Amino acid sequence: MELVQMQKSLQDYTKSLFLEGVLDSQFLQLQQLQDESNPDFVSQVVTLFFQDSDRILNDLSLSLDQQVVDFKKVDPHVHQLKGSSSSIGAQRVKNACVVFRTFCEQQNVEGCHRCLQQVKQEYYLVKNRLETLFKLEQQIVASGGVIPAMELGF
Amino acid sequence: MATKSMVDIEKTKKKINVLIVDDDPLNLQIHEKIIKAIGGTSQTANNGEEAVIIHRDGGSSFDLILMDKEMPERDGVSTTKKLREMEVKSMIVGVTSLADNEEERRAFMEAGLNHCLAKPLTKAKILPLINQLMDA
Repeated sequence: MELVQMQKSLQDYTKSLFLEGVLDSQFLQLQQLQDESNPDFVSQVVTLFFQDSDRILNDLSLSLDQQVVDFKKVDPHVHQLKGSSSSIGAQRVKNACVVFRTFCEQQNVEGCHRCLQQVKQEYYLVKNRLETLFKLEQQIVASGGVIPAMELGF
Repeated sequence: MATKSMVDIEKTKKKINVLIVDDDPLNLQIHEKIIKAIGGTSQTANNGEEAVIIHRDGGSSFDLILMDKEMPERDGVSTTKKLREMEVKSMIVGVTSLADNEEERRAFMEAGLNHCLAKPLTKAKILPLINQLMDA
């Protein structure tokens, strides 16, 4: 595929993530912080997000599977995931966490189980999409091209 | 009229030294990058207790402290109060979640903050405060 075509595909793909609400402007903020001195900043931060989130989701699953659910353990995990998803612009994960916290406050176990499934769904979606985005970027760089800047002009 | 060259201005420009207090490694990484992008230097503390220890040991002085609110060991409110008791004069900016209610934010401000910002932090949010420090 020609370089120009790859760059256009990346722009269109990234745009779709914003239009679907998978990402919000905070992701653009991260991209704007990336420079020659730290060209992998975004992927480093996102990788850290993936590692944290995998651990948190595992802990949440274990906590909610207990016979007596300790919401003092559940809520801080959801709070942390909400914060980190917000920090990288994973909007739908963040929104799912907001709903999750209301069920934690109500100590509604069934509601929390449903929310956990929703959070997992949104998380795996953004993870999959970002991994694809990074692959597209790597292909462009490997072909000697530069990654085009993204602006929210749509 | 003689004007300073851009090089002169860069040389005399004060480098802001920032302490970032947050238990989330992701936030620490992002906030460090923001401070670097603005031209400052930073040190991190993983919780409020570490921030107090850094100041107690002396030798460190910061122009700005970015203080997360919810942290283990010692939270942002308690840390801010303690630092002010220790007569720390740095600008302390609280970093709150949008979920925090007005009462919680007020309690945080009353602990001794100069300003409060909502997460997620961006260059645009921090820059006016940095400019304030530079002009002081």
